[in-house]
Amino acid sequence: MIAELFTRLRFFVFRKKAVEVDDELHFHLEQLIAQKLAEGLSPVEARRQALIDFGGVERTREECDRERPGQWVSNFLGDARYALRILRRSPGFAVVAVLTLAVGIGANAIVFGLLDALVLHPLHLPGADGLYAVQQGRDHAASQSYPDYIDLRNRTRAFDGLVTYTMAPVGLNISGRPEQVWLYEASGNYFDVLGIRPYLGRFFHASDEHGPNSAPYIVLSYAYWQSHLQGDPNVVGRNVQLNRFHYTILGVAPPTFRSTEIFFSPALWTPIVNQPQIEGIDLMQSRGARGIWIIGHLRPGVTPAQATADLKNIGAVLSKTYPGDDDGITFSLARPGLLGDMLGSPVRAFVAGLGLLSALILLAACANLGSMFAARATDRSREVALRLALGSTRLRILRQLLTEAILIALGGAALGVALGTTLLRALSAWHPVPNLPINLPVQPDLRTYGVAVLLAVVSGLLFGLVPVRQVLKADPYQGIKAGNAAGSSARRFSPRDLLLALQIAICAVLVTSSLVAVRGMIRSLHSNYGFNPDNALQLNTDLDMGRYTGAQIPVLQRRILDTLSSVPGVTAAAYADRIPLDIGWSDASVFADSTTDYRISNVLTSAMQYAVSPGYFEAASTRLLQGRAFTWNDGKDAPRVAVINRELARRLFGSESKAVGSYFKMWGGTRVQVIGLVEQGKYKTLSEDPQPAVFLPILQSPSSWTWLIVRSPRDPRELAGTVDQALRQLDSGLPFTIDTWNKQLGTALFAARAASLALGVLGGLGAMLAVTGIFGMAAYSVSKRLRELGIRIALGAQPKQVLRAALGRVSTLLALGSAVGIVLGLAATRLLSYIVYQASPRDPLIFAGVVLTMLVLGLVAAWIPAQRALAADPLLLLRQE
Amino acid sequence: MPTSTDLLQGTLDLLILQTLALGPMHGWGVAQRIQQVSNDVLQIGQGSLYPGLYRLEYKGWIRAEWGNSENNRRAKFYRLTVAGKKQLESELATWDRLSTAIGLVLGRNAEALS
Repeated sequence: MIAELFTRLRFFVFRKKAVEVDDELHFHLEQLIAQKLAEGLSPVEARRQALIDFGGVERTREECDRERPGQWVSNFLGDARYALRILRRSPGFAVVAVLTLAVGIGANAIVFGLLDALVLHPLHLPGADGLYAVQQGRDHAASQSYPDYIDLRNRTRAFDGLVTYTMAPVGLNISGRPEQVWLYEASGNYFDVLGIRPYLGRFFHASDEHGPNSAPYIVLSYAYWQSHLQGDPNVVGRNVQLNRFHYTILGVAPPTFRSTEIFFSPALWTPIVNQPQIEGIDLMQSRGARGIWIIGHLRPGVTPAQATADLKNIGAVLSKTYPGDDDGITFSLARPGLLGDMLGSPVRAFVAGLGLLSALILLAACANLGSMFAARATDRSREVALRLALGSTRLRILRQLLTEAILIALGGAALGVALGTTLLRALSAWHPVPNLPINLPVQPDLRTYGVAVLLAVVSGLLFGLVPVRQVLKADPYQGIKAGNAAGSSARRFSPRDLLLALQIAICAVLVTSSLVAVRGMIRSLHSNYGFNPDNALQLNTDLDMGRYTGAQIPVLQRRILDTLSSVPGVTAAAYADRIPLDIGWSDASVFADSTTDYRISNVLTSAMQYAVSPGYFEAASTRLLQGRAFTWNDGKDAPRVAVINRELARRLFGSESKAVGSYFKMWGGTRVQVIGLVEQGKYKTLSEDPQPAVFLPILQSPSSWTWLIVRSPRDPRELAGTVDQALRQLDSGLPFTIDTWNKQLGTALFAARAASLALGVLGGLGAMLAVTGIFGMAAYSVSKRLRELGIRIALGAQPKQVLRAALGRVSTLLALGSAVGIVLGLAATRLLSYIVYQASPRDPLIFAGVVLTMLVLGLVAAWIPAQRALAADPLLLLRQE
Repeated sequence: MPTSTDLLQGTLDLLILQTLALGPMHGWGVAQRIQQVSNDVLQIGQGSLYPGLYRLEYKGWIRAEWGNSENNRRAKFYRLTVAGKKQLESELATWDRLSTAIGLVLGRNAEALS
């Protein structure tokens, strides 16, 4: 075996000289002639007969060559050289083909990059296969409470370790100037369970936790350490201020570790036991306060199904032990990295949709190239015929054509990957949401390139095989006799025509879906949010960062509000603990007034909860439909009151008119009177169903989280400067961010915007492919029939008749393909409406838009060929042959 | 001229190896020898002989050297290598097994053996 391998290797490297075979064959022939002479023939006759007996030499030579190991390599190289020569002779074709494929393969490379980053390998952590998030409840919410976490961690047999974490903004003061950054509050075992080693210094451990606020340590992210501390190795052990408390830098995380959520990269980590100190409110004790996330490693050998059963048991125990907070609680597993199924499901659906569309693009590109190749094969039928006549095998010719196809495909893949990588790099550097460390880390790697090459080879084979039948059928005699003019029958639809129709149909699908998406986007921008973000600034800060506590908070908030209200040009100002359509929200459990047992199963509905100051509805431009808004008299000691929206009124009281003056109960049995009714708005996402919402006076539900809304007709940038100054005079050490409300809304619109952008780009690519496809087909059919057209013109045909003759078939195909594509596209966009807000496929405008687009595309693509057809000069053409 | 019999796939290799087992020989010699020994039934044309020889050489079963022929012409002589001898033995064994089996199926063994 080994010896044979070496022999093969030797011959692979040191080739035999071609002349060797010749010498040997020559000797053989001489022996044959000698034999004939010996039989008594004359020298001439002996030679003649010997040559006849001997047969063709060329074939033997080739077959000897073919026995050589690795022969296919040099065959391929020969084919490739020949293909390059051929392609150089028609650079226009080569360029269009490579570009077409670059579009198709580039789109797929990008989608694969996304797929890899979001679905296949979401978290680059050791042993990420066994990593799962634990979700809670029937609606698979990612958020958990700390007491539940402790129970899960202590009771589970399925997990090697469970960690919990949550994110929060903090004011960090390292170099004298406080700055708002985001940190993870993580359980002490966080780094140990995930198996992360420090880049510098050390991490905190479970042994560092000794009760509330006992571990004043932080770990920096590599990115923050680089960008804000210039990678200074002496930071370990340094004292810093976190919300004005003293913390010590323990170490730096490795550059490969961003966080345990894909989209989110915090600047630092701190033990979760410091939560009360950092957030100013203790969320660690209440089993009902759900705002932390849990992930963990399954024990080796434990299947997800076993783990789910284990979690189910724990849920049953907790439900029985703590009926007040955990009544009927269930736990389930989810892939980590996307807040469980909350982001995971839409993200996966989105990537799948993108994948489908980009596969369609590649298919369209292949159809496009397939028809181009078929056309070329027809043009080259003479060359094929000649080669067949000279003794080449059909297989050899096919291999030659396939080599050409694959060369083009590889060229397209190289260009496509180059474009795709650039785009992916830009995508990972993109920070779509201001003030939040949110981005999408997509690193195109070897896998991406591998997929691109694979796609290139597959698509090369796909479109390269289109002309196979033509080659197999080729008759050398007919080919040479008839020359170039051998046209197929003009009446029947050829496979090439079908390919064009298919391609146009695919493009129409893409154009339809992108129009649906764009229209949905435009609509969502003009829909009613239940507030007006125009001409409004929003500021946000957490007074904890300034170390204000308890009774100081409302006082300071009032002072800030008064300061802002007195800024010239401000027409209304108010504050709230949250604003609608921001990234986080809080839910309030609402009970009917008659309820006395406040367990989860008795909750009537949960409602979005906002604590707002007097003047909020005016500042936000939310219409008050009935009753009154809050005043400064709705304070701590006044009766508890609330303003609710229409959906909550319907759910609580059955009708909107009964709401004002009625009562309901909140967590713990607090009885609240409804004093006002406001219009419906959007709270979590633009595409949500009507959500119930309750607004409480912030004096009765105080919070250090402060979102200020300042309404003014003044230029927002100038106003922001004034507001900034005014706030710094109040407290120079308080970090806060100012933005226009519209910019802040980018968060809520992000998903819809990204989806629309992606679909729009894909639609554009589809349109581009349609143009090249139609152009190629029209140009080809005109050039084929130029002589005929010239004769028609000579015989007095009108331009209309000439055009019909030249482009009739192309137009028919365009109409046919578009019709099929529109029907398919409208069916497909039904799926889109899940992702893109208000994407309705039954929109006459969209239908008209698609028809118009396809028409314009057809006109644009057929313009030049049509001109050429009309300019056909009979004299010139007749002279040519 | 007697009609040439189509050789079974792979049989040519066996014939060449067996012929070369007698001693080094050039291509012409191999063809002549097979023709003589088979009473002119097996005529190997150059079109299959040389690809066959090259195939065996690339596999390392035979080795080629240039030398002088009996009439003092430059010719390429092939001879069996050690690996080629082994290969011949195993192929002969296979051939025996196969021909016995086929013979059994065709019911001609008794005649062949007698």
